[in-house]
Amino acid sequence: MAKMAVMIAPKPDQAPRVDQVGVDERVARFRARSIKKSSKVQALNLVLSQIDLTTLEGQDTPGKVRQLCQKAMRLHDSLPDIPHVAAVCVYPMMVAEAKKALGSSGIKVASVATSFPSGMAPTKVKLEEIQLAVELGADEIDMVISRGKFLEGKYQEVFDEIVACKEACGEAHLKVILETGELGTLDRVRHASELAMQAGADFIKTSTGKIQPAATMPVTLVMLQAIRDYYYDTGRMVGMKPAGGISKAKLAIHYLVMLRETLGEAWMSPDWFRFGASSLANDVLMQLQKQRTGVYQSEDYFSKD
Amino acid sequence: MNKRIAPHKLNFDTGWAYSPAPESIDHVHIKDQYKLFIGGKFVAPKAGKYFNTINPANEKVLARVAQAGATDVDRAVNAARGAYDNIWSKMKPAERGKYIYRIARIIQERAREFAVIESVDGGKPIREARDVDIPLAAAHFFYYAGWADKLNYAFPCRTPQSLGVAGQIIPWNFPLLMAAWKIAPALACGNTVVLKPAETTPLTALKLAEVIEAADLPPGVVNILTGDGSTGAAIVNHDDVNKIAFTGSTNVGRIIQHALAGTDKKYTLELGGKAANIIFADAAIDQAVEGVVNAIFFNQGHVCCAGSRLLVQESVADEVVFKLKERMQTLIVGDPLDKNTDIGAINSAAQLERINAYLDLGQEEGAEMFQCGGKNPDKGYWCQPTLFTNVAQSHRVVREEIFGPVLAIQTFRTLDEAVAKANNTQYGLSGGIWTDKGAKIFNVGAKIRAGVIWANTFNKFDPTSPFGGYKESGVGREGGMHGLSAYLDLH
Repeated sequence: MAKMAVMIAPKPDQAPRVDQVGVDERVARFRARSIKKSSKVQALNLVLSQIDLTTLEGQDTPGKVRQLCQKAMRLHDSLPDIPHVAAVCVYPMMVAEAKKALGSSGIKVASVATSFPSGMAPTKVKLEEIQLAVELGADEIDMVISRGKFLEGKYQEVFDEIVACKEACGEAHLKVILETGELGTLDRVRHASELAMQAGADFIKTSTGKIQPAATMPVTLVMLQAIRDYYYDTGRMVGMKPAGGISKAKLAIHYLVMLRETLGEAWMSPDWFRFGASSLANDVLMQLQKQRTGVYQSEDYFSKD
Repeated sequence: MNKRIAPHKLNFDTGWAYSPAPESIDHVHIKDQYKLFIGGKFVAPKAGKYFNTINPANEKVLARVAQAGATDVDRAVNAARGAYDNIWSKMKPAERGKYIYRIARIIQERAREFAVIESVDGGKPIREARDVDIPLAAAHFFYYAGWADKLNYAFPCRTPQSLGVAGQIIPWNFPLLMAAWKIAPALACGNTVVLKPAETTPLTALKLAEVIEAADLPPGVVNILTGDGSTGAAIVNHDDVNKIAFTGSTNVGRIIQHALAGTDKKYTLELGGKAANIIFADAAIDQAVEGVVNAIFFNQGHVCCAGSRLLVQESVADEVVFKLKERMQTLIVGDPLDKNTDIGAINSAAQLERINAYLDLGQEEGAEMFQCGGKNPDKGYWCQPTLFTNVAQSHRVVREEIFGPVLAIQTFRTLDEAVAKANNTQYGLSGGIWTDKGAKIFNVGAKIRAGVIWANTFNKFDPTSPFGGYKESGVGREGGMHGLSAYLDLH
């Protein structure tokens, strides 16, 4: 994107109003959709291809990351014709290991950065962390916004930080985590979405997974509507990543219903929609196996990671 | 602010289509032929005449249903009178309440069966029958059951007394729900009932007769007669009926009012509407668009309180209309029994003809018509959701009730203009206001002359809330405590 001389952060009253009751009702309609038979299999395969398989623990080891990468490439070999996941999401310390393990598989390495999950570090430190992660081979950077500053009303500072992070990313894609569980209202979710997109986010993402509530359908709907309106205005597509709390295939399919009926065909791909999840993949595999054989297998038939 | 004249459209024709998800119908039992329910028994009509009721989604015959004549009406009224004099009016009110609770519980237990029959007989999507019609019908019985022994508290310092026999004539848009609206308060207040369901949707009322049998109601307390307009006329004109409750068209309402003039029969009439949904520029636009969809496309627009006129403040008009058109791309029109269907079949060939005549008329009058261009199924009666823009107050598609999925859109500049346009109609049943400002809701709400005003939502129903119209939308109120007084003499 061409650099502009002055970029001004949108103010809260420049973001459209959101009515919580209406959002909840719309979500209930998505959840009333009944996805069966071949449309279910198609959806389950799409979900798999959109997963950012994630491990973000203090106790992560190179060995665990190698295991996760193996799983990312070969989800379940006894099921033919299933896709691999979209990306593996790790801390910067693990990027090199992941990059090596994934090799030329086409699976992206996403790294959280910017003092994840709190974001409580000086901007300078955050930018250095991004640069480091990119140097180590990260294809995608998942940054967190400074929620404290956002809630204080220092929108321009939050905005400028995202702009700087985007620049630090270079070729890497930038996902901006709003941590909606700390924003409190859907009006703020909508405002933060506008702000992040205008600052240059390639993706907007709900949560770190470290705060409850993490991703919810109402929050995701408001963000999808922000993406849609931004596209209507500018023609630029922004991706969406709900993360945390989506562990069941059925719920993931309802997210896809919501995506399909809000943004349509163009977003129905791993390029534009991701699930940040660790245990979702196995539930999807279990459902796919059930569609093939008619019976459920116990979770011991699927590798944990 | 936020004015979007969108250059970029979305593509909702995705490679991922939902597979058919039909509701199971194994548990549903529809007999080949239904008789009349009089005095607690199913009896053949005197003249031996029957007519077909069909599934409007495929035009197949579902059952043959009795045509009640004047003699049958007389028998039913006599049964109701006998039950009133000898049993129901003398029963302890708390006992009456028990019977009504029992009806409510049996409807809940058989909710799935009722939902399917409502859908196949009337054409409405199973999702609506399952999530709205049937639960609300049960809720009405539960609510009024509670009032049966508390009438003195509802009307303190007065002596509420039942009226006698109530003749009740209901429409085809919410067959079971309208039966519940009518029967529940009548019974709670100590009256007995002769009910006539609409000609095109008699089946759930006949199923309700089975429920009433199962609930062991004393014979004659509720009588259900199927038939056409002549059956309704015989009920209205019967000398021994004390009260008429009618829901239906304004034209028939007028005929009934004529017939009742000079008699001492009490009456309530719930008639047509042409409600205005008003969107102000400060509204939550995405939720308002969704509200418009629910207001006009719910039940194929066969709703007397449908928001069939949209008034949008001009600064957001382009955005609202654009988003509405985009939203309409994802509405699924088709098999009412499919759980994913949003818009089902038009109730009857006659109604479809009426709607299509208005579609032609609107275009002749110079309005701009928009439809998504979806394909209708080969059999059955279908109408794609439709918008009319470029219309004025004088257009007939703005003035007259179409009773189909057809929305007329106008713009306004000031609040006063919105109010003037909203009120400039012969009807006054409902209205909607969409704004982020609480004060504006009360300001505008107080100025709209309609019985129900919804704020930032639409088509919400609850048994505790009164419902009824101004002007040609009707006389009297149903629902809530107000609905009790329609079935009582208050001394």
